Amino acid sequence: MTFENSWYEAGARQRVAALLDPGSFAEFIGPEQREISPHLAIFDLPEQFDDGIIVGHGTLEGRRILVAAQEGRFMGGAFGEVHGAKLTGLLRAAPSLGEPVLILFDTGGVRLQEANAGEIAIAEIMRALVEARMAGVQVVGLIGGRAGCYGGGSLVAGCCSALIVSEQGRISVSGPEVIETNKGVEEFDSRDRALVWRTMGGKHRYLIGGADAFADDDVLAFREAALIVLAGNGRLDADVLEAEQQRLERRLHRFGKAHDAVDIWTDLGVSEPTEIPGLATDEFLRRITETANGAR
Amino acid sequence: MELADILASLFPGGHEVAVTDNLIAGSGIINAIKVHVIGIAGQSPLGCEGALILAGHVLEITRKGSAAPILVLIDSSSQQMSRRDELLGLSECLAHLAKTLLLAEVRGHRTIGLLYGGSAAGAFIATALATGTLVALPGAHPAVMDLPSMARVTKLPIEVLKAKAEKTPVFAPGLENLAQTGAIHSVWNPDQSLAEQFLALLAEQTGGDARDRLGEGRGGRPKAASIAERVEKEASHA
Repeated sequence: MTFENSWYEAGARQRVAALLDPGSFAEFIGPEQREISPHLAIFDLPEQFDDGIIVGHGTLEGRRILVAAQEGRFMGGAFGEVHGAKLTGLLRAAPSLGEPVLILFDTGGVRLQEANAGEIAIAEIMRALVEARMAGVQVVGLIGGRAGCYGGGSLVAGCCSALIVSEQGRISVSGPEVIETNKGVEEFDSRDRALVWRTMGGKHRYLIGGADAFADDDVLAFREAALIVLAGNGRLDADVLEAEQQRLERRLHRFGKAHDAVDIWTDLGVSEPTEIPGLATDEFLRRITETANGAR
Repeated sequence: MELADILASLFPGGHEVAVTDNLIAGSGIINAIKVHVIGIAGQSPLGCEGALILAGHVLEITRKGSAAPILVLIDSSSQQMSRRDELLGLSECLAHLAKTLLLAEVRGHRTIGLLYGGSAAGAFIATALATGTLVALPGAHPAVMDLPSMARVTKLPIEVLKAKAEKTPVFAPGLENLAQTGAIHSVWNPDQSLAEQFLALLAEQTGGDARDRLGEGRGGRPKAASIAERVEKEASHA
């Protein structure tokens, strides 16, 4: 891994360029059309011509795919009205095209300056995503950016056929600061970065079955993982949801009394579980004896 | 309106709806139509366990093979904000609940949300906003996030947020502001029979997600509908 190949350090456009076949990406409603947020000016905040997300199509090893990538460096990749509508439109197009969708998450959740529009956008995205999956379309989420995948973004991710995470890929509904603000520092100390990573980070999510593939923090590693995951099947139906219900119930039953992620990793039979946060990818994957666990 | 009064007005002939640990489940009959009921009461938060219990009810209903409507009654706070719930994968549990409601709809059940109290953030997305049609009663008070948390996240003083909330519907909490974005289909009249208002809603045709068009018409979301449509069109012609 080199710095210039880091998924975490890359911007949305760099990630898309590195992920897809060279030169294959074409954007829908590109920045030249200047479709900015109609709401940020109220807060005297600068707009961006793509509203922090790029959507389009391209090929991956020659196979046509649809792709959306959030820019975590603009408003924390948060979902606003225009940002959300671009992803909704992409997912609504997927069933008739029959092309899989990759969503490169990098988001703090709903953009609070346009909270109501962002919240309803999340609901529209989830509906379009689930309908696409029920029509047989695979929707794969890739998570390893600066902003992680928080709030409403984590619920959208929870609807995907499969998730690919790197260690940096934090997934959580409430962010550390929100838990601390509401419940106190005793409940969650947001400045305790080690606590944040082992509670919400990619390694923990992969270990408990919250993600399907674990990738190095490297754009080519994400590309390799995407190719493997896309060879699978992402259909959503009643049988899958029955299995998902059982999968999640088993998890709560087994780990519901755990106080810390390390307790869960111990229960999972990981050797020297306290070393997990510091391990390189190869060694991390070698330590795992039990990989969870299907459904979605 | 209180939950007991809502249930009495919905089901004048009686019902079998119970509340256990602030989770609502059961059924009633309106004009010979069986209606399943699930929901959250008492302004309580929705955590992993609650989400799975509700999802289990929805799956059981869809397993039966009928097309009976499902009414989702909501008076919640936000998602359970805790280290434990996040450790256990709250995002997966909440998304699962939303998925079961969306599956039920595809399998022919009308899903109707009735927001009669509070709701916020992840709990709101996983329940009310995952129904096919969402209505509310006057006094309902949905919010995306409480103002202290918003202040923390946006790094703006709470006084500034309060001032902006008064004149900026797209960001401010409240039923009227949310309705403008198209999230709320209509607000029911508590002085008239809820059973009749429910039957009128059932008689309406549904099809597709019309919330963005509704928000455009109401002026709360000027761009969402046209942006989504343009992306869909460009994708189809690419």
